[in-house]
Amino acid sequence: MLDNNKGRVVGVNGNMLTVEFDTKVTQNEVAYVRVGEESLKCEVIRVRGNRADMQVFESTNGLSVGDEVDFTDELLSVELGPGLLSQVYDGLQNPLNLLAEKSGFFLQRGLYLPALDYEKVWDFTVMAKVGDKLIASGRLGFVYEGMFKHYIMLPFDWRGEWEVIEIKDNGSYKIGDVIAKVKNANGEIREVTMVQKWPVKIPISAYKEKLLPTQTLVTRQRIIDSFFPVAVGGTFCTPGPFGAGKTVLQHAISQNAEADIVIIAACGERAGEVVEILREFPHLKDPKTGRTLIERSIIICNTSSMPVAAREASVYTAVTLAEYYRQMGLNSLLLADSTSRWAQALREMSGRLEEIPGEEAFPAYLESLIAAFYERAGLVRLESGELGSVTIGGSVSPAGGNFEEPVTQSTLKVVGAFLGLSRERSDARRYPAIHPLDSWSKYHGVVDAADINRAKAVLRQGNDVNQMMKVVGEEGTNIDDFMLYLKSEFLDYTYLQQNTFDKVDGTTDYDRQRYMFSKVLEVLNTEFDFTDKDEARSFILNLRQMFIDCNYLEFQSDEFKAQEAAIAAKIGEHSKNA
Amino acid sequence: MRKVYHKILQIAGNVITVEAENVAYNELAEVTSSRGTSLAQVIRLQDSKVSLQVFAGGRGISTGDEVRFLGHEMQVASGEDLLGRVFNGRGLPRDGKPVLEDNLINIGGPSVNPAKRIIPRNMIRTGIPMIDVFNTLVESQKLPIFSVAGEPYNQLLARIALQAEVDVIILGGMGLKYDDYLYFKNTLDANGALAKSILFVHTASDPTVECLMVPDMALAVAEKLAIDGKRVLVLLSDMTNFADAMKEIAITMEQIPSNRGYPGDLYSQLAARYEKAVDFDGAGSITILAVTTMPGDDVTHPIPDNTGYITEGQFYLKNGRIEPFGSLSRLKQQVNGTTRADHRAIMDAMIRLYSDFKSTLEKQSMGFQMSTWDKKLLKYGKLFESRMMDLAVNIPLEEALDLGWKTLAECFEPAETGIKTDLVKDYWPENL
Repeated sequence: MLDNNKGRVVGVNGNMLTVEFDTKVTQNEVAYVRVGEESLKCEVIRVRGNRADMQVFESTNGLSVGDEVDFTDELLSVELGPGLLSQVYDGLQNPLNLLAEKSGFFLQRGLYLPALDYEKVWDFTVMAKVGDKLIASGRLGFVYEGMFKHYIMLPFDWRGEWEVIEIKDNGSYKIGDVIAKVKNANGEIREVTMVQKWPVKIPISAYKEKLLPTQTLVTRQRIIDSFFPVAVGGTFCTPGPFGAGKTVLQHAISQNAEADIVIIAACGERAGEVVEILREFPHLKDPKTGRTLIERSIIICNTSSMPVAAREASVYTAVTLAEYYRQMGLNSLLLADSTSRWAQALREMSGRLEEIPGEEAFPAYLESLIAAFYERAGLVRLESGELGSVTIGGSVSPAGGNFEEPVTQSTLKVVGAFLGLSRERSDARRYPAIHPLDSWSKYHGVVDAADINRAKAVLRQGNDVNQMMKVVGEEGTNIDDFMLYLKSEFLDYTYLQQNTFDKVDGTTDYDRQRYMFSKVLEVLNTEFDFTDKDEARSFILNLRQMFIDCNYLEFQSDEFKAQEAAIAAKIGEHSKNA
Repeated sequence: MRKVYHKILQIAGNVITVEAENVAYNELAEVTSSRGTSLAQVIRLQDSKVSLQVFAGGRGISTGDEVRFLGHEMQVASGEDLLGRVFNGRGLPRDGKPVLEDNLINIGGPSVNPAKRIIPRNMIRTGIPMIDVFNTLVESQKLPIFSVAGEPYNQLLARIALQAEVDVIILGGMGLKYDDYLYFKNTLDANGALAKSILFVHTASDPTVECLMVPDMALAVAEKLAIDGKRVLVLLSDMTNFADAMKEIAITMEQIPSNRGYPGDLYSQLAARYEKAVDFDGAGSITILAVTTMPGDDVTHPIPDNTGYITEGQFYLKNGRIEPFGSLSRLKQQVNGTTRADHRAIMDAMIRLYSDFKSTLEKQSMGFQMSTWDKKLLKYGKLFESRMMDLAVNIPLEEALDLGWKTLAECFEPAETGIKTDLVKDYWPENL
C-alpha cells in the first residue's frame, strides 16, 4: 500500500490536514506535504487510528486529497550554535534576510533555509582535553560571538558521562566541522560539532538547580524598577487594551534592560513594529556595553499575517534560544509580544480539531500551556557552577481590555510581576500607562521597600481624595486632604510618568532613580504652609514643572545641579520644616 | 475540459457539498442552476466530499445542479487598465464596460517579508487638526475609523482620500448602501479623481458571500501597483460587513464560535487583509483607511476589538467629530518629531488639559463650585472643541499648531500647561 514513512492527505480544513498513514507516527513529529513542486512543513498534533491531524505552517491553497506526505521522525526543532545573535528569524527559525535575498518582497511558500551559516569560519579555543569526562552541556571550548564567549557544549540530550577521545586544537572551523569525538561507558562513539538541535517544546534542563530570583533586572523605566520591579530570572506580564502602549513599553525595555541577551518574539502582532526594531537596533547603542543593540539581540518575527501555526511555534523557538544562551552563564531576556496571539493560534487549531471548548472557546489546556511556558524562565546554577538566567516578559492583549478573560487570568497565576496598562491613564497621556494602584510585583526594586510603601500610600490616599472630591467637590475638601491629592499627582507627573522618546528622560539608570526618588520623597514628606487651595495648586504645579525640566537634564551636569538648587529654594518658600 | 459533477449532497445556507475528485483547496468552481451561473470556492475537503461557498448564495440551488471546477483560485485583472473602472464583488464590471482579462493575478497572496519593509516616514496631510496635530496619518499606515451607523464616516473617508497626495485610490465597498456607492463615485468624479481610482463595490443588495472577496481583490490590485512604484490608498468600507459575512459562513460550516458567534480566526483573517499595508523597500506603498461600524457603539465588540489590535491606531468618529480620547495614530511618532519642534509638546499638553476639562465638566454637572482653575479649564475646553475638533476646520498643520499656542495662552499661565520651559520661551505668544 503506502511506502514507509509516507502518508496521504484525506482532508483539508483551513491550515489543518488529515492524513492517512500506515507507519509509525510520533506526536509533534514534523512532516512535509508535497503540492506540485513545493514541500510544506507541518506538525502532527493528533493521531486517531490510522489518521493523523496535522497543522501546516503555510497556506494550504491548492492542496488536494491524495497529496503525498513525508514523515521525518523528528520533533519540531531549532539549530543552536554560533551565529544566532543579530539574526532575524520567522517562527520556524528561517532567516528572513536570506529569504528576502532568495525570494524578494514576499515570503515564498515552502522555501526553508538553514538557520545558521555553515560556511562562516569561527576561531575556536579549546577548553577540554583528551581523557576529560563530560556530561551534557559540558564545555569543549568556545568561540567569540561578538563580545560573548560562545561555549561549544556537549549536546544537552546526551545521557550519561562521555569521555573525550579526540579534540581539535585551537584554530578556525566551520560550525559543521567535527571538533571532538567522545565515547560513553558502553563504548558508543559520537562526534561533536559546533551546532546541535533541540526540540522547541521541551525545556533545556542541563543544569544543576533552579534558584530563587533576587536581583533586580534594571530596565531604566522608573515606574518598573522602583515600584513594580522585575527580577533577573523572573517573569512579568504587561496586559493592556489596544492603544495603551504595550508595544512602546516593550520596545523601551528591550532597548534599556540590563540583560546580556535580548530575544524579541514578535508573535502575531503588527509587522510595522518589528520593522522599527529591525531598522533601528543596528544603530542604537547598548547602554551597558556601548555596542549596537542588534549584537545582543535575536528577533523572532512571526507577524499577524504570517501563517498561524508558525506563530504558535514562535514563542517556543524564542524561549529555546534564550535557554541556550543561559547555558553559557548569560542573562537572557525574552520579550513576547503578544502571548494572546499565541493563545489565539492554539484556539484556532483547537477549533479545527473540534475539541470541546473552554471559556471563550480557548482550549481547556490553555492554562497549563501558559504555566509551562513561563516556568521556562528562571535563575539556574549551571553544571559549571556559574549562574545563568532566562527572564520572560509577555504582553497580553485581552479582548475588550477586560482582564477577566482566560489568557490574562492564566498568566497572572504564574508571573512574578503584573504591570497592568490602563486605558484611563493612556487616554490622559500618562505614559507609561502602567496603573500604579492595580499593578503588583513580588520582586525587590532599586529603592527601599519602606520608602516605596510610603509613596504608594500617598498615591492611594491621593486617589481616595480625588474620588471623594468628585462627590463633595473641591470646596468640601479640607486643605490637608487636598495636599495629599496634589502630592500624589506630583509623584505621578514627576516620577511615574516618563517620556520614552526622550534620550535623557527615557532612560533613568539605577543611581539616578535612587537619587531622584529621594528628592521626590522629600517633597512628599514636607509639610507645606498655604493660605488656600489655589495657592497650593499653583505652587505644586510650578514645583512639578521644575522637576519635569530636571528630568530632561543630563544627570549631575551643571544645568542639573543648578535646577536642583532652584528646586531646593522653591521648596523652602512654603516648607514648614524650614 | 474539466469534469462536471452533478451530485450535490448537501445544501446548507450558502454552502454546498458535492462529491468530487482531484479538487484543490481554495479552487474555484461554477455552479449552474436554473437561476443562472454562480462562482463558488472550495472551503473544505474531507475524503471525497468537497464543500463550497456559493457567491450568489444557496437559494434556488437544486441537488441536481451542475458543478464545474475551474482548476484555479480566484483571480483578478491587474494593472493600470483598471483605473477609472468599477467592479462588483466577483470582479466583473459594474460600469457596463468590457471585462478585463489581462494580467490576471491570484488574490490573497503571501505575506510580505518583514525584512523588506521600511519604517514609514511620510506624513499624509489632511487639513484636519484632530488628525494632523494629534494623530498624524502616515503613508503605509493601516487605520480604521470606528463609528456607528449614521455618522458621516464615508464623507470623512472621501475627504481624506481627496486631500491625500497619492497616485491611486482604490475603494473596496462591502455592503455599501447604493447611495453611498454613488456618493463615492460622484465625489471622486466631481474632484477629477475618478481617473486615478478603481472601485470594487459590493452593495447591500448583493449576495452576502460576494463581499468576502472585495478586500482581497482591492488589495491584490493595490499590491501589484505598489510593486510597480505607485503610492496607493485603499479605502475599505465597511469591514464590519466583511466580518459578519465570515461569521455567517463559519456558522454554516458548524465551526465552534469563539466570541459572540465569530469564528476563532477572526483576528488572523482581519490581519491578513490589514497587514497588506506596506511601504516597500525600493517600490511604492499601500495605505489602508477602513471603516468599522461598531454594533451598539461598543468598542469591546469582537470586530472593533480585534481590529484595534491589528491596525496602527484608530479614529473614533462620534457626533460628527473625531474624539481625542481613544483616537490614536501609532505611527505619528515616526513623523511628528520632524514637522516642528513644538508639535509633540502641543499634542500632549492640549490633550491632557482637555482631559482635565472633561473631569471639570463632570464636577460642574454635579453642581459643585468652580475654582479659578476649573474656570480656566472650562474656557479652554470650549475653545478646543470649536478650534480643533470641529470637522469643518480645514487648516494646514503649522497654522493649527499656532492656533494651539494661542488657545493655551488665552487660557493658562505657561507653568500650568506642563510644557518644557525652552519650548514655552520659543513659542508662547507674547501679546494676544
